[in-house]
Amino acid sequence: MKLINKESVGRRMPVRILINTIFKGLFFLATLFGLFVLAILLYRIFTQGIGYLNIDFLQNFASRRPEEAGVKAALIGSIWLMATVAPISLLLGVGTAIYMEEYAVKNRFTNFIQVNISNLAGVPSIVFGLLGLTIFVRALALGSSVLAAGLTMSLLVLPVIIVASQEAVRAVPKELREASYGMGATKWQTIIKVVLPAAIPGILTGGILALSRAIGETAPLIVVGIPVFIAFLPRTVFDTFSVLPMQIYNWTSRPQEEFQSVAAAGIIVLLVLLIFMNSIAVLIRNKFQKRY
Amino acid sequence: MTAIQSITEKIKKDSKLMNKPIAEQKEHVYETSDLNLWYGENHALININLDITENEVTAIIGPSGCGKSTYIKTLNRMIELVPGVKTSGEIRYRGRNILDKSYKAEDLRTRVGMVFQKPNPFPKSIFENVAYGPKIHGIKNKKLLDEIVEKSLRGAAIWDEVKDRLNQNAYGLSGGQQQRLCIARCLAIEPDVILMDEPTSALDPISTLKVEELVQELKKEFSIIIVTHNMQQAARISDKTAFFLNGEVIEYKDTNTIFSNPTDKRTEDYITGRFG
Repeated sequence: MKLINKESVGRRMPVRILINTIFKGLFFLATLFGLFVLAILLYRIFTQGIGYLNIDFLQNFASRRPEEAGVKAALIGSIWLMATVAPISLLLGVGTAIYMEEYAVKNRFTNFIQVNISNLAGVPSIVFGLLGLTIFVRALALGSSVLAAGLTMSLLVLPVIIVASQEAVRAVPKELREASYGMGATKWQTIIKVVLPAAIPGILTGGILALSRAIGETAPLIVVGIPVFIAFLPRTVFDTFSVLPMQIYNWTSRPQEEFQSVAAAGIIVLLVLLIFMNSIAVLIRNKFQKRY
Repeated sequence: MTAIQSITEKIKKDSKLMNKPIAEQKEHVYETSDLNLWYGENHALININLDITENEVTAIIGPSGCGKSTYIKTLNRMIELVPGVKTSGEIRYRGRNILDKSYKAEDLRTRVGMVFQKPNPFPKSIFENVAYGPKIHGIKNKKLLDEIVEKSLRGAAIWDEVKDRLNQNAYGLSGGQQQRLCIARCLAIEPDVILMDEPTSALDPISTLKVEELVQELKKEFSIIIVTHNMQQAARISDKTAFFLNGEVIEYKDTNTIFSNPTDKRTEDYITGRFG
């Protein structure tokens, strides 16, 4: 005797298939929603800002007159900031991830550190700004410099980089490590020749996400005391500077209508910079994926 | 009893083919005395006493979870990668106790190579895979590396298949080729002993046969210890066989003897397929 009644299974069939179709549609709508909003945003920004976007806009410093205003100081400042944040946060982040995954013994203490790293990723950015102000700007007397801002931003993105790198390192198959150890390789040789090359695509994905966040942040920089109106470029990491999001924020808060369009042009520059950074990461990633 | 008879006949046939060297005094590469091993509270190896002779193939058989893999991983101290492992007793490799902390695991593993259950080539070119060992040991001379790679690939009977594509990714090889590549990689460090942890369990029968033939070839130069849960394989390729059960060595004898005339009832039950 059969336990399953084929007839009632058959009766339920159309309902199950209908539910399946409904959910497929719902998920598609969810995807569409994000794309739709993004498209509207981009359309508005481009139609508004494109008129102000020319070579002068890139070459001029900020100005009180909208037709003369430019992003030179902010653009170069953002590049300086990235050039500081990227090496500091990647070295510290990847180093921490390797220690946690490859060297640290799993015990209550390392568990505690792990939980805290994950929690730090959720701390509001303004809190990191206060930390930067206390430690880097005041205690270490770095002032509102590229270095102080860079260190603050590095702290902000560090948890994200650590967690992403840990995931990437953990995803390297244990068999590859065994093969390396089995031939008498030391832990360091195994890490540098087997683990890191295999983990680099994952590390870069996390790193770029983190840096993209850093390039768009304003809150911690306001606390650290980065000026918005500046008419010179930093020469060293100890000079003060400004960045694109601060400049954009400043423009949007101006009363004149024209500055809204200038801000839109600034946003376009910021987006292009972001796309440029992402492409570099994709290139590096592809290079490693081809070889490995 | 027919199962035993058929295995015995197979052994007789095989041993004729093997043209055994005239009995000579061979040294022990490994001498294990009173080895005990615990994973936390779990007593995984119990009072193991086992001597392994050089230039022979020693097979370790037994059901899953009997400790055979644990034992072979102790021989090159790979077992240390598992957290919470404790050992007592001695394993002397060429007279020196390898469980002594002053014996560096890295040093031991340059003498004792290992081939794993699943083929595990690096995601690098075929050449780089084989050159990996010599390179980490500090050999930089390109010509010497070329020579080592060719010799190792020939030694693992895979040279003819890959000589034209040494710079291609090793992942493009078939499973059986990958495993022979891993054997070549192991040969490249010129080890004294080769440990094989179920090297054919992930391979098809033809690739398995190739690896088995290779093992026969390799034992002229190396001492080989092979874990297998394929009893026919142990009977075909090994000189001595150890039967493990629940962390203990039940029987350790010449392969011919253990398969034709096991002393212990449990060994007999296992090799005739009554359990495990």
